Amino acid sequence: MGRLDGKVAFITGAARGQGRSHALRMAQEGADIVAVDVVRQLPTVEYTMSSPDDLAETVRQVEALDRRIVAREADVRDYGALKSALDEGVAELGRLDIVSANAGIFSQGRAEELSDESWEEMIGVNLTGVWHTAKAAIPHLKAGGNGGSIILTSSTAGIKGFENFAHYVSAKHGVVGLMRTLALELAPDMIRVNTVHPTSVDTDMIQNDMLYALFAPDLEPDQRTREALGERFQTMNALPIPWVEPVDISNAVLWLASDESRYVTGVMLPVDAGSTTK
Amino acid sequence: MAGRVEGKVAFITGAARGQGRSHALRLAEEGADIIAVDLCGPVPGLQYSHATEDDLQETVRQVEALDRRIVARTADVRDRDAMKAAIDEGVAELGHLDIVVGNAGICILAPWDEVTPEVWDETISINLTGIWNTVQLTAPHLIAAGGGSIILTSSAAGLKGLPFLTPYVASKFGVTGLAKAFAHELAKHRIRVNSLHPTGVDTAMGEMGGEYPRLLAGNERLAGMLTDSLPIDVTEPRDQSNAVLFLASEEARYVTAMAMTVDAGNTQY
Repeated sequence: MGRLDGKVAFITGAARGQGRSHALRMAQEGADIVAVDVVRQLPTVEYTMSSPDDLAETVRQVEALDRRIVAREADVRDYGALKSALDEGVAELGRLDIVSANAGIFSQGRAEELSDESWEEMIGVNLTGVWHTAKAAIPHLKAGGNGGSIILTSSTAGIKGFENFAHYVSAKHGVVGLMRTLALELAPDMIRVNTVHPTSVDTDMIQNDMLYALFAPDLEPDQRTREALGERFQTMNALPIPWVEPVDISNAVLWLASDESRYVTGVMLPVDAGSTTK
Repeated sequence: MAGRVEGKVAFITGAARGQGRSHALRLAEEGADIIAVDLCGPVPGLQYSHATEDDLQETVRQVEALDRRIVARTADVRDRDAMKAAIDEGVAELGHLDIVVGNAGICILAPWDEVTPEVWDETISINLTGIWNTVQLTAPHLIAAGGGSIILTSSAAGLKGLPFLTPYVASKFGVTGLAKAFAHELAKHRIRVNSLHPTGVDTAMGEMGGEYPRLLAGNERLAGMLTDSLPIDVTEPRDQSNAVLFLASEEARYVTAMAMTVDAGNTQY
């Protein structure tokens, strides 16, 4: 028996990376999935973003687990599109129990150099998008009458400051405030709200030239190997590892999504190899 | 399907009943063998019934009924020699050690001016020094095993100053700090250390809930501090055990130095 048998989960940013991993991990444990992703490049993001083919691959892999999935292209900043996607998914799959607000972007620049466009796109996707996700989902969770679990993806940058990405740090701290307020507002309906705080995760968001240059400006581009960067990343963690895998975040999301954590709400769950308490 | 802690060995203090027994059973259900200790005797001033040898034997019976092995010893977490003997014997018999649950604890309710030096010393020595003993005496076995997971039971009172519990709050804040300090020193050995923060749990410790009306008389505003935001009265031991299981398992292999609240929102309220 799966740990999420009979439940339906809504996941944003599900085309690849952590979002796809969450979809697969929850599907392995019996959940059906409503997946959305923007599947196009955004102007201020320097690394290659997901494509429609990526989202189709998530669909294929969930269906290979013999679970149902409704996938739609939607930008979390567009509340109307997001709501339509979720409403269609719930109509088809019959209910909603779990929300994983995972969609996020990363870009960099010192605070005095960030453009208005970069700031607004970051806050729009990483904070307003999370609020939109919860807002669209809450009526469905309440209508089900079974409570529910909302998991918001923050970051170690939602717990402490980092140089060179003030907009990202601000958005991810904002997600924590949103979580704490939602936890109180939704508790009477037995809807739990928690955050996860990954350290570096081995996905395209960190394994790219832009981030390599940010972490190893002293190295020549041809010296910025995965191994060399791994040593840099490892200095942030307490456990002797460079980064975690998407499935490590998914296992935390799964636990928070399941009834095993039925009385856990308002928690900041770091999957950060100890980095935020250093 | 393999259990989530299949092949692992867990050391649990305060395992005769309540949360400790529940942890033993939940971990055993998922494939772990158990080393269990408990004081199994009276503690002066306790406002609820104490655990007995029979309770510990019942834990043994229930773990064995799950077809897992268990080594159980009567030992006081304050007694380092007895603890070391129990740990070493258990590891010798079961082969290795992977998981440590520092669960043993007492709770005595009293307004600040009724706490005696005896109650203060007893609470600090069992709840805080006992945890330190537990970690310091087990960590060498975890290092020998190449890593592990330590879960220390603190409390909502280890994050917030709940009333009528001054020694308990002090001891449990101490456990919260101890978990974070050990987490860093032991990280290089791939040992993770996290603290668990329950709200009220339906165990024998709850027998003293009847004390509250007297304590709150004349200080009613403090009653709000005891409120959970989720609309429930109490959590079950198994809810705490499910968090212990998650932290003990490889699913949480990169989770360390965390204060895990299973508190129905109590510390957020």
